[in-house]
Amino acid sequence: MNSIVKYFSEIFGGVRSLLTGMSVTGKYFISPGEIVTEQYPENRATLKMTDRFKGEVTMPHDENNQHQCTGCGICEVNCPNGAIEIITKKVPNESGKLVRAIDKHIYHLSMCTFCELCIKTCPSDAITWGHDFEHAVFDRTKLTKVLNKPGSSLKKKEAKS
Amino acid sequence: MSKDVVTNIILRDDEDYIINMGPQHPSTHGVLRLEVCLNGETVKYVVPHIGYIHRGIEKMCEYDTYKQIIHLTDRMDYLSAHMNNEAVSLLVENALGIEVPERVKYIRAALNELNRIASHHLWWSAFGMDLGALTTFFYGLRDREKILDIFDESFGSRLLHSFVTPGGLMHDVHPNFRKNIMEFVKYFRKKLPEYKKLLTDNIIFQNRTKGIGVMTKETAIAFGVTGPSGRGSGFSCDVRKIAPYGIYDQLEFNEVLYTNGDSFDRYMVRMDEMVESMNLLEQIVDKMPEGTEFTAKMKPIVKLPEGEYFQRVETARGELDVFVVSDGKKHPYRMRFRSPNFSNMFTLNILGRGLKIADLVAISGSLDLVIPDIDR
Ligand code: SF4
Ligand code: SF4
Repeated sequence: MNSIVKYFSEIFGGVRSLLTGMSVTGKYFISPGEIVTEQYPENRATLKMTDRFKGEVTMPHDENNQHQCTGCGICEVNCPNGAIEIITKKVPNESGKLVRAIDKHIYHLSMCTFCELCIKTCPSDAITWGHDFEHAVFDRTKLTKVLNKPGSSLKKKEAKS
Repeated sequence: MSKDVVTNIILRDDEDYIINMGPQHPSTHGVLRLEVCLNGETVKYVVPHIGYIHRGIEKMCEYDTYKQIIHLTDRMDYLSAHMNNEAVSLLVENALGIEVPERVKYIRAALNELNRIASHHLWWSAFGMDLGALTTFFYGLRDREKILDIFDESFGSRLLHSFVTPGGLMHDVHPNFRKNIMEFVKYFRKKLPEYKKLLTDNIIFQNRTKGIGVMTKETAIAFGVTGPSGRGSGFSCDVRKIAPYGIYDQLEFNEVLYTNGDSFDRYMVRMDEMVESMNLLEQIVDKMPEGTEFTAKMKPIVKLPEGEYFQRVETARGELDVFVVSDGKKHPYRMRFRSPNFSNMFTLNILGRGLKIADLVAISGSLDLVIPDIDR
């Protein structure tokens, strides 16, 4: 007798637990306001990443096509993966002396682990994070980028006020 | 050691057959291959084969400076990235005798607890899915998203942050950090009863986990099982309690202990830990000092004095130990990680023996294995 009672109480207890669970899912089923999914490729126009989002390393240029990179190579040394290569050249400054300047700041996106060490250690704040995250390409070589734009030059330091 | 532990070799019959579970099996959550010897559907023994995602992180560390090592530790247990970062950071700080600002300690503790909840979220989602409850996967990830948004706002990345660094933090947290945590705790306290209704009380789930894969306290100690899996067997092993680091000795929280040692108790430990973590978060947010300092003064090139150093922290899966031998240079001479998952995984052979193969999925789910942490 006891075992029969136990058998049925287990069945009813089980059914009740299933119904409780379904009440939760049912609640979401009938309240479309709770939907949290985003339709990604369709919402490209409105999609906004956070300010600090780490998309890729970029070098900002101003309207005169000038950047702040001196070609010191500190970011290259600090990168744990060898994702940055600095190629420098000698250019004459105002007094005609040859000084070192950046020729190519090569950034291998495929090797970058987004550790932020290059950006943090750059003494002239020449590089920063870009917000682009759609990096998929068909050819791996496209992931190697030259960060300083062609024809760009070093921005003159403003006198400290 | 109990007899159970030592007897590892069972003679196979001709009727038995061996199947490979993994390395692409979805329920192993990564590239783990389990060699399972079956008699019908009954498991005779389980031999885990590891190494499919071995990247040689310990060796790579020998060529990196201490600040560069941080980004490698992220990639061991990727769901406890903050705790892994903190392990190395604490080791370097203790070796050099650097005192980090009070505020940094609080932020680190907050990040640890957020990370722990996020990790348990993912585990809960995947565990339910392993046992056939697909809905949990969506609900768990929905709530985890809230934490990842907090991370995203402050560090720009969601999973691998490399944010805690020797001497403090990479940069300051977002001004909204405190507010966001409070909002999350309020939100999640409302959602947690849903988890109970949906999965914990579910009769199918309970029948599949209660009494399945019983780990005795002796086995847990013999194998060095730590974290929620060990605490489900009544093995008190919370590093935050037994060897407090950071700010944990000034915070009030309970070590969650269950004693049956079955899959359901391991599940309950994690569910209760989420509540404890939320209590901790509330305390941290209350006590966190105002200000903007986020790093202690440090030389740009970190060199540890000659010697051996050791640090232990509690990650979401157990105790992570870091051991460094330094010869006074800027790279470690040898770096060794003791990862919690490695020890936890090898109990599978003991726990799974004699059960059905579907129970093996429940057990490996309840151990919450992260494979890259095992292989490193
Ligand atoms: S973010 Fe890290 S890995 Fe990437 S380029 Fe900078 S230093 Fe190298
Ligand atoms: S980006 Fe910065 S660190 Fe790198 S070479 Fe240019 S100035 Fe130096």
